[in-house]
Amino acid sequence: MADENELILSELPDDELVTQMQDDLYDGLGEEIVDGVNILLERGWQPYDVLTKALVAGMTVVGNDFRDGILFVPEVLLAANAMKSGMAILKPLLAETGAPKMGKMVIGTVKGDIHDIGKNLVGMMLEGAGFEVVDLGINTAAEAYLEALAREEADILGMSALLTTTMPYMKTVIDELVEKGRRDDYIVLVGGAPLNEEFGRAIGADAYCRDAAVAVEIAKDFIARKHNQMSA
Amino acid sequence: MTDALTRLLQTRDWLMADGATGTNLFNMGLSSGDAPELWNEEHPDRIRTLYKGAVDAGSDIFLTNSFGGNAARLKLHGAQKRARALSRIAAELGRDIADTAGRPVVVAGSVGPTGEIMEPMGTLTHADAVEIFHEQAEGLKEGGADVLWVETISAPEEFRAAAEAAKLASMPWCGTMSFDTAGRTMMGATSAALAELVEKLPHKPLAFGANCGVGASDLLRTVLGFAAAGSERPIIAKGNAGIPKYVHGHIHYDGTPDLMADYAILARDSGATIIGGCCGTTPEHLRAMRAALETRPRGPRPSLEDITTRIGGFSSASDGTEGDAPARPRRRRRS
Repeated sequence: MADENELILSELPDDELVTQMQDDLYDGLGEEIVDGVNILLERGWQPYDVLTKALVAGMTVVGNDFRDGILFVPEVLLAANAMKSGMAILKPLLAETGAPKMGKMVIGTVKGDIHDIGKNLVGMMLEGAGFEVVDLGINTAAEAYLEALAREEADILGMSALLTTTMPYMKTVIDELVEKGRRDDYIVLVGGAPLNEEFGRAIGADAYCRDAAVAVEIAKDFIARKHNQMSA
Repeated sequence: MTDALTRLLQTRDWLMADGATGTNLFNMGLSSGDAPELWNEEHPDRIRTLYKGAVDAGSDIFLTNSFGGNAARLKLHGAQKRARALSRIAAELGRDIADTAGRPVVVAGSVGPTGEIMEPMGTLTHADAVEIFHEQAEGLKEGGADVLWVETISAPEEFRAAAEAAKLASMPWCGTMSFDTAGRTMMGATSAALAELVEKLPHKPLAFGANCGVGASDLLRTVLGFAAAGSERPIIAKGNAGIPKYVHGHIHYDGTPDLMADYAILARDSGATIIGGCCGTTPEHLRAMRAALETRPRGPRPSLEDITTRIGGFSSASDGTEGDAPARPRRRRRS
């Protein structure tokens, strides 16, 4: 590679650096993201602005291309890992500076199912969008979901299943919430390859999310509506 | 001596595989979240009933109840040490049914994905994946499976690992991937990419193809993709009976037996040799498919429009094989 193509991140003006970081995120370049985040912070940027203008904006592009069948899981995982390395720097700073929070989500793959690729993507993308995410991992029983929702005072429950043999378990969890009179306390989002919108409706979820990008859009939308209701 | 599947393929120009395992076991009382493979020991009678249902409906090949029977997945149920034994029993039960069928029926030892992501994206190494598959393959072989049947794979690396395991077990095998994301696998593999991959493997499968995925229409588009890649190897089509709906407390796939009969004919006309169903496909669907394959004449290879008209539309506009897949223009790239 010719040296003249080499870009020195620290020499770029803010707007070009931010664009470059979005490209680097798209290409899954973690080290470059760490450099970019540090440079912006040194230039006096607020951690929240670094998160939203560079990282979240970059992940939005990744999410859109994933939704449109241009990117697939491997590329999105790389991008999400790059995002994570940037988040590792920003997370403590965001807490210190009291940056605005979107909401809190408890997420997990349902009992009997070990598939967590989609669930992890949703978790990372939501964190990228400013949500706090509590990940219960795989093989999550109804009691574990309910306990975590209460303990974390969460706004959103996210459930994932990849198998036709495990997807009905989402209904078991929702039924449990209904029985305890807690169904209306949470926004329930479901996703996974064999699911569809009608299935989500039939089991009593608030929404079916086709992919991680859609999950972020829907979560934001529901949180906004919830805030509107509270202030009305 | 050749294997049972090769012999059948030499005498027939199409074979019918079976339908669903998981969704049919639900109908027999399996609870969501429980491991179907444990039923091989707990309810062998029900597993025999499952197999017999497919054979009686005319299947020439049926898959054993061992899809999740590898150590990586059985770990969830604390049964990771039982991968080999549970797979062996799955095949033994199958052997009984096949040997008393009164006609040649192939016992195909189902091998599903590990559920882990392989290196470099994930943590599962090639060596570990091969070991996980090999352990299961030995169990299926001990139980008398005629061939291994690797299915619902998304990652090319995992497909390769399974092929290597089949070789270590000295077993003939078949392999299918699930094309469920805009016509590709979740990991981005196209039908053309699988057709190419298969021919590069040191231990090639007897047949390859697609299973599960989205609906029957998408699966046929994938089969057309294999055929267009020019493969001489028999192609497998095992599509879902429509899409899942939640009706009266259980999962119901909305594809009717008539639709699956049309799908079977279209699959054969598209170039598939081994035709079956996946999720939601019951013996009733299989009987309709068998009758259609036996009575309806072969037709010309259908176009995408023919498929849409006869059994419904696709889940995405493209499946990535046209060579003009959308790409995002890059502003610049660093060295």
